[in-house]
Amino acid sequence: MTREIAVVAFAQTDHRRSTEESSEVEMLMPVLHGALAQTGLRTADIGFTCSGSSDYLAGRAFSFTLALDGVGAWPPVSESHVEMDGAWALYEAWTKLLTGDADTALVYSYGKCSPGSVRDVLTRQLDPYYLAPLWPDSVALAALQAQALMDAGHTDEPALAAVGARSRADATANPHAQLKGPQPHGDYVVRPLRTGDCPPVSDGAAAVILAAGERARQLCERPAWIRGIDHRIEAHGLGVRDLTDSPSARLAAERAGAFERPVDTAELHAPFTSQEVILRRALRLGDDVRVNPSGGALAANPVMAAGLVRIGEAAARVHRGESDRALAHATSGPCLQQNLVAVLEGDPR
Amino acid sequence: MPEVLKAPLVVEFPFTRSLGPVQSAFLTGLRERVVLGVRTTDGRTLVPPVEYDPRTAEEIHDLVEVAPTGTVTTWAWNHEPRRGQPLDTPFAWVLVRLDGADTALLHALAAPGPDAVHTGMRVRVRWAGERTGAITDIACFEPYDAEPGQPGNHSGEFTEPLTGIVAPARLDYTYSPGRAQSAYIHALSEQRTVGERCPSCRKVYVPPRGACPTCGVATAEQVEVGPRGTVTTFCIVNIKARNLDIEVPYVYAHIALDGADLALHARIGGIPYDQVRMGLRVEPVWTEGARYPDHYRPTGEPDADYDTYKELL
Repeated sequence: MTREIAVVAFAQTDHRRSTEESSEVEMLMPVLHGALAQTGLRTADIGFTCSGSSDYLAGRAFSFTLALDGVGAWPPVSESHVEMDGAWALYEAWTKLLTGDADTALVYSYGKCSPGSVRDVLTRQLDPYYLAPLWPDSVALAALQAQALMDAGHTDEPALAAVGARSRADATANPHAQLKGPQPHGDYVVRPLRTGDCPPVSDGAAAVILAAGERARQLCERPAWIRGIDHRIEAHGLGVRDLTDSPSARLAAERAGAFERPVDTAELHAPFTSQEVILRRALRLGDDVRVNPSGGALAANPVMAAGLVRIGEAAARVHRGESDRALAHATSGPCLQQNLVAVLEGDPR
Repeated sequence: MPEVLKAPLVVEFPFTRSLGPVQSAFLTGLRERVVLGVRTTDGRTLVPPVEYDPRTAEEIHDLVEVAPTGTVTTWAWNHEPRRGQPLDTPFAWVLVRLDGADTALLHALAAPGPDAVHTGMRVRVRWAGERTGAITDIACFEPYDAEPGQPGNHSGEFTEPLTGIVAPARLDYTYSPGRAQSAYIHALSEQRTVGERCPSCRKVYVPPRGACPTCGVATAEQVEVGPRGTVTTFCIVNIKARNLDIEVPYVYAHIALDGADLALHARIGGIPYDQVRMGLRVEPVWTEGARYPDHYRPTGEPDADYDTYKELL
């Protein structure tokens, strides 16, 4: 790697069950301005803009083009979009900065789950021949994975309840979180997963600014340097995978250098409690690692933004001096099919 | 702020998808009550079968029949079936490894309750009465205690193999257009056209979307524009649109309302189509109870000078 690249700013909305009073760009704009304000940059100063969102959440084709109004895209800016979580938009922006084509990048993503039924919407990402015609919703697929995990002896219902309780307790310190404080483990949604094992349905947005080298030091007192970032994917068919493990997360972490030295913090994108259990094992996180101090996706799950929020939260802890080396993870697809891992470090204090 | 506008939005379409040779054999097989897998070069049998080995990416096509009986590898109890799912009474989602297969298939298991389901239980296919060549030709699985079924020795060759499937999809949304567009629509219902001004470049956007695309800042100051405006450019429509009761040819135009910095578009009426021109001055024509102008018609004023609207084409 020839260029050092860092996260220098992060902003997010308060995540809520519904933002029906705002359009997507109206929801997004304060976040864009918030991230820019942290650096003193204006939109015109940004070298590259990349976003992540999904038309299926909005129910409208090319919905991301309207969000572009919020970044001042006229006259034309250097811009790209991924129909993925914003964490993958950040990956694209990172590669763009690596090439030297730009010194700064604005990465944002947003998701409004409130207009549709996100459990059903997510069935449309599945294999259209063998899976989608059965409409297996996101909770059902996660429940199959959770049961496999229990059968393998890696967890049980009380352990899952504890993951949910810890996440919502930690979320009380996160002003942007949606579901915080004591919550009942609740009834089964799809057994063995109960309401407490599932994420809330959220609307929200997030933005991150990346900068390279000296530019990063000018814009941020303690940049969160991206020491490594990688993403890996597994087969789509659930029946060919070992659902109790995440070899793609482990490989991404290895390629990102996560195992070279211990991390002190990990922000894991685990929308279901059982998935945190899998990721902790795959990423070899010991009990001394602070996992999801933000509350994670169990406290707020704006689909398409929740992964970028993990990177932002990890970076913000480095910025504040609360972490020296943090792992950030994002996932996509059913049952942790695809995983991205970034390792962030602050300069020695 | 005025009430939030909402409207139902249904996105519904039939996806027409072509099949590869392995998918075609599998789905045609289901139609004929035969379950086929595909053999990988390292000797595993994948069910459901795929065109490429998920481990090596090799193209694979060695079809092999497996039994309609198998073993549950994991399950999840679904007490509230959702639209489109295989059964409309409570059921278990299951991954089933069919006898003779090395991988598992996702489907539903009919069972009286969660206590009747466990990993490792034996099940068999319950075929749908009417089969078309789709994964839903398996109606579901059902508990099965007897000896494993014996697979036949089907070659995977069928008369009239499927070449494609039609997969209907429907998603229901409640659309809300947000603050700026709600205000615009509310004003329209009072026969007023209200845009918003950018606090930075001072341009007035109609319809407003809440942000200035040049400056990237929120617009908020509401500005009533029009009702009169200028045709900046236009086209002549010669093909009748379905469900639209307008005689062709007619003119569709970009119209810069007085005070607006963005042209909107509308139909021009009250003038022969071949007399519409750039610079023509027009005004809206409202019909009883309408929430937007039916069309625009000439005001009779002299045409606008090109320089007054050249930035608004």
